[in-house]
Amino acid sequence: MLADQDRIFTNIYGQESYSLDYAKKRGDWDNTKDILAKGRDWIIEEMKKSGLRGRGGAGFPTGMKWSFMPKESPDGRPSYLVINADESEPGTCKDRDIIRNEPHKLIEGALIAGFAMGAHKCYIYIRGEFYNEAMTLVKAVQEARAAGLLGKNAAGSGWEYDIEVHRGAGAYICGEETALLNSLEGKKGEPRNKPPFPAAAGLYSCPTTINNVETIAVVPTIMRRGGAWFAGFGRNEKNTGTKLFCISGHVNKPCNVEEEMGIPLKDLIEKHAGGVRGGWDNLKAIIPGGSSTPILPRSLCETALMDFDALREVGSSLGTAAVIVMDQSTDVIRAIARLSFFYMHESCGQCTPCREGTGWLWRIMQRMVRGNATVDEIDTLLELTKEIEGHTICAHGDASAWPIQGLIRHFRPEMEQRIMEYRKLAA
Amino acid sequence: MKKHLDLHAAYQPQSFSFRSAEAVKDILSRYPEGRARSAIMPLLDLAQRQVAEDGAKANPPYGGWIPRAAMDEIARIVGQPPIKVYEVATFYSMYNIEPVGQYLVQMCTTTPCMLCGSDNIVKACQDRLGIGLGETTGDGKFSLMEVECLGACVNAPMVQINDDFYEDLTPARMVEIIDLLEQGKEVPVGSQTGRLNSQAEGGGTTLKDAKVRKSGT
Repeated sequence: MLADQDRIFTNIYGQESYSLDYAKKRGDWDNTKDILAKGRDWIIEEMKKSGLRGRGGAGFPTGMKWSFMPKESPDGRPSYLVINADESEPGTCKDRDIIRNEPHKLIEGALIAGFAMGAHKCYIYIRGEFYNEAMTLVKAVQEARAAGLLGKNAAGSGWEYDIEVHRGAGAYICGEETALLNSLEGKKGEPRNKPPFPAAAGLYSCPTTINNVETIAVVPTIMRRGGAWFAGFGRNEKNTGTKLFCISGHVNKPCNVEEEMGIPLKDLIEKHAGGVRGGWDNLKAIIPGGSSTPILPRSLCETALMDFDALREVGSSLGTAAVIVMDQSTDVIRAIARLSFFYMHESCGQCTPCREGTGWLWRIMQRMVRGNATVDEIDTLLELTKEIEGHTICAHGDASAWPIQGLIRHFRPEMEQRIMEYRKLAA
Repeated sequence: MKKHLDLHAAYQPQSFSFRSAEAVKDILSRYPEGRARSAIMPLLDLAQRQVAEDGAKANPPYGGWIPRAAMDEIARIVGQPPIKVYEVATFYSMYNIEPVGQYLVQMCTTTPCMLCGSDNIVKACQDRLGIGLGETTGDGKFSLMEVECLGACVNAPMVQINDDFYEDLTPARMVEIIDLLEQGKEVPVGSQTGRLNSQAEGGGTTLKDAKVRKSGT
C-alpha cells in the first residue's frame, strides 16, 4: 500500500480546509517562483521524466502534449491552457474531490503548466452540476489573486497569468476536448474534426492545450519531488505515478483512494473498499475504468493490474480508473443496457452512425434484457457496434460500442440463456 | 429527453431584463475582446437563477427556467442572432426551457447508481409526490426528473435538488428529505449517512496521520 507520505492528495477527503492558508501548510505554493525560474524547457523535461500520462481517460503523455505548443507566437495569437473539469464518465468522481478539497493544487498546477506552454490565460471548464464545487474553485482563485499568486506578476515570477472558471450545463459530450472548446466559445457542444489539432488551432482558433484536472493537479508535486520520484511508482516507465481510483457499486465500503499505478484490482477492492459485498467469490464482473471501458468477468479480475497497458492486455482500458463492481445479484445485461441508454442520451447528434446507432443499440439492448430476441441478433448487435466504432468525428461512438462488445465477449452464454428462457415462457 | 422550445407558449413572459448590470458585466469581463458569445452559457444560468429567485417568493412557487424573452435579451447583449442562444439553451440539459417546480429533483439512474438501488429511490419519489417523470406537483413545489450520471458514484445512490447533492440515500431518507424541504426546513447536503465526502465508511484506510494531512509530508 502506498505510504501516506507518498500521497500527492493529502486532503482528498476534506478533513482539513481547502483554503489557501491550509493549502500552504500542506506544501502548496511553496516557492512556486523558483520552479518557474527554472524555465519552460526544464519544466517540460521534468514532466517527460515523470512519465505522467493524461488522467482524463486517453492516457496521452503529458510532457509530450505540452511540447506541441508553439514556443513563440508567429502571428500574435495568444496561447491558452484549458482544464477539463467536465467530469461525467459514469463511475468517475475524482476531479470533484480535487476541486472541492484541493483546489490550490489545481490552481498552482495551472500556473506552472500555463507558464510552460507560454499561456497567460487559463479556463477551467467545470460540469454545471458541480455548482458548489465551482463556487469553491472560484473562491480559491480569488484567494490566489488576492495573495498575488495569480495576476500581473503571478507568484512573483514576472509572468502574467489568470484563471477563469466556466460552468458547463449538463452535456457529457463536452468532456470531449474539442466539444469543450466549442462550448467554451458559446456554441453547442459538438466535437470538431481533427486536424487542426488544438495545439495549432483550439480555443478562439488559438494554440490550446486541454488537460484533465488530475493531470494538472499533480504537476506541482512532480516539480517539487522530481519527475524521477513520480516515475518510481508503477510497473514500468509507461505506467508511472500515483492515481486516484473511484470504487463504486457492490463493495462494502465504496470510496475514492489514491494508490500506486499498477495496483492489483483485487487488492484495491479488498484493502480500500472493504471487499466485494458477500465476499470475493460473490463477484460477477467489474468495469475497471469508467463506463466506456469493456467489462471484465471475475476470472480476469483475479489477476488484473490497474494500469494502462495491463488492462489493455486483458481487453479493457484504464480510462478514468473508475472501478464499477457488480456482484452475483447483478443483471449484467441490464447494467450494460443502461449504459447504452446513457450513450444514446448524450450523443450530440452530429454524426449519423452515432446519432442513429446509439438509439439502435439501446432498442436492441432493451430486448436483450427481456430476452425477446433471436440468438443470431447477438451477432447483429456486435456488427452494429463495429459499424459505429471508428466512423464518427469523436470517440463517443466508440465508447457506445465498447461496453456492448465487452458484454458479448464475456457474457454471451448468459444472453443466449435469457433468450431461451423468454422463448420457453412465450411458447 | 429534452422537450422542444415553445416560443409562443402562454407561460412565456413578454419581456425580461437582468436585475444586476454588474453581474452581467462581470460575466462579460471573463472573455477576450470580441468573444462575448462565450458569455451565452453563464448568462443563461444567470437568467435561470433570477427567475428562481422570483419563483421562490411567488404563490404558487416555481423554480428556475429561461423564458424566450431572456434568450432574446442575451442575444442582444452578446451581439448574436437569437437563434444562436436558442440552440445553446436547447442543447444543454440544465437549462429549463419551460417552467419547473421550486425544487427540481434530479434522480441519477445511470449504472453505478442503478447497482446501488436507484430504482427504489425513483419509486419512493414518485410515490411520495404522486407524480411521474417530467411532471410537477400541483402546489408548484416539486418536479421530478431522471438524469444521467451526476459524478458522485462512490456515494450512490444520489439525487440533485437544485444546486445540492444528496448522497448515500435510502428510500426512507429520500422521503424524509422531501418532507423537510416541503416544510421549508434545512437538510444537510452531501452524504446522508454522515460519512465524510468520498472517504470509506468508518474512516477509510489512508491518511490516518493528522500530521501528514496538515503538513503534506
